[in-house]
Amino acid sequence: MKITKEEVLYVARLARLDLDADSIDKFAGQIDEILGYIEKLNQVDTEGIKPTSHAISLTNAFRDDEPRQHLDRERVLANAPESEEGSFVVPKVVG
Amino acid sequence: MKLHELTIEEAHRRLKQKEISSFELTRAVLDRINAVEDSVDAFLTVSENTALEQARAADEKIARGHCESLAGIPLAVKDVICTRGVETTCASKILENFIPPYSATVIQKLQRRGAVILGKTNMDEFAMGSSTENSGFKNTRNPWDLARVPGGSSGGSAAAVAADMCLGALGSDTGGSIRQPASYCSTVGLKPTYGRVSRFGLVAFASSLDQIGPLSKNVTDCAVMLNAVAGYDPADSTSVPEDMHDYTAGLQKGLKGVRVGIPMEYSATEGMDPEVAAAVDNAVKVIEDMGAEKIEVSLPHTEYAVAAYYVIAPSEASSNLARYDGVKYGVREADQNELIQMYRRTRSRGFGPEVQRRIIIGTYCLSAGYYDAYYGKASQVRTLIMQDFRKAFETCDVVACPVAPTPAFKIGEKVDDPLTMYLSDIFTLSANLAGIPGMSVPCGFSKQGLPIGLQLLGKHFNEEMLLKVAYNFEQTTDFHKKKPGL
Repeated sequence: MKITKEEVLYVARLARLDLDADSIDKFAGQIDEILGYIEKLNQVDTEGIKPTSHAISLTNAFRDDEPRQHLDRERVLANAPESEEGSFVVPKVVG
Repeated sequence: MKLHELTIEEAHRRLKQKEISSFELTRAVLDRINAVEDSVDAFLTVSENTALEQARAADEKIARGHCESLAGIPLAVKDVICTRGVETTCASKILENFIPPYSATVIQKLQRRGAVILGKTNMDEFAMGSSTENSGFKNTRNPWDLARVPGGSSGGSAAAVAADMCLGALGSDTGGSIRQPASYCSTVGLKPTYGRVSRFGLVAFASSLDQIGPLSKNVTDCAVMLNAVAGYDPADSTSVPEDMHDYTAGLQKGLKGVRVGIPMEYSATEGMDPEVAAAVDNAVKVIEDMGAEKIEVSLPHTEYAVAAYYVIAPSEASSNLARYDGVKYGVREADQNELIQMYRRTRSRGFGPEVQRRIIIGTYCLSAGYYDAYYGKASQVRTLIMQDFRKAFETCDVVACPVAPTPAFKIGEKVDDPLTMYLSDIFTLSANLAGIPGMSVPCGFSKQGLPIGLQLLGKHFNEEMLLKVAYNFEQTTDFHKKKPGL
């Protein structure tokens, strides 16, 4: 077993997910099976092999530091579930 | 031939000759959508009025003598690509009400060229899936057999092209999401080289793998669409400043001297359908008969592509999808007045099961103590997969292989078995890991009448080679002319 139900719950918390009891049972088995399959990678000798994070390596895509047109505030806020006085509204963060 | 059945190439000729108007053409395609959408369910949004307005504007442009190759041509767009003022949901409940305030670069490019955007096509939620069954809204059905999936994640785009509900479509491909549905629906589909087409405005799934590309009725149309969307974009920092080509220019060059690599490992793939293997073998023979030379190549690390991909893609996804927090856009579960609870409830109700599964796998692979064993290891294997291709392309110009081990499967068949679903991506994933271009071309039908696709893979930025081989193949076969009996 690669991952326990408790670990799935812990990781779900890290990822800000709230799994119900049914999903945990189903997910834990499926994720365990997938991680078990991924173990296959350990068959490969990668000693001294550099990792690749991007297939086409580009370094530093610069542009001139000039002001450009940007989206106006109202259009951006139009998609917010809740907004007020030009800002996003969130539940109270500090007590 | 009915108007909605036209290819882009033929419609362009008739528009230019003023034999038809874009308004007539667009009206005919919208009528086709209305007639078959109940059976196929390819679209999430059809923007009938704006499409007709765009068609009228295109007609005015054409009347003034400006008839570029996509002017007045009605196209469909996968719902993962932002369209200003038109819902872009990624087939996710979490983005159900999202209306982008800007358009993706590819959309701006299409519109500058006068293309008509018909609407947004269904897909697996956030492009995660191989069947379009992970859509948060509905299943799309394969026009060749309505009990079967169209493939995925660009299943709506492939089905719409196959069913003549558009003249061409844009999709996105992170692990085969253009090529596999193209093969399941008997359309042409191309995933360009990573960096060839701007990702600006493409909702991110796995940023080092995602790439936008065309699905079309034939190879010429594919080249025309690639011409329109490819090119450097300063708004995408991974866009590559490579020279642009006219991808239609080299199509008619012959295949004499072209070396076609056949990966020796692929024939031993578990679960390989003999009819698919036979159709691909036959396609290679046709290509050889046209003067190409067959060469055996080795891609020894393909075996590990699925494992490497299902670490890297979920890892990137878990990070990219952190932005859906119920604050800036999308849906919020309003009953929570505590911040963390609001995040958790919003995300759990908004994301479907496959997306949540991948977020958990990705978060796990990146978490403290596991990063080196999973993400680090997979990134090293990725290097080896790239080296395999580099070596293969020292002796061949193009690799030919199946797109998927089987034709389209039945709706519901694999939905509760994610690992089996992942394993069916074996032939397509490595192109994304290596960043190379890949293409699917119709190459046959099973005894049951299900489409089979030939996959062509090429060197970085050598889309011309794929298009040339595909075009020559298409000229001597008629698979692409067959239509599903809807």
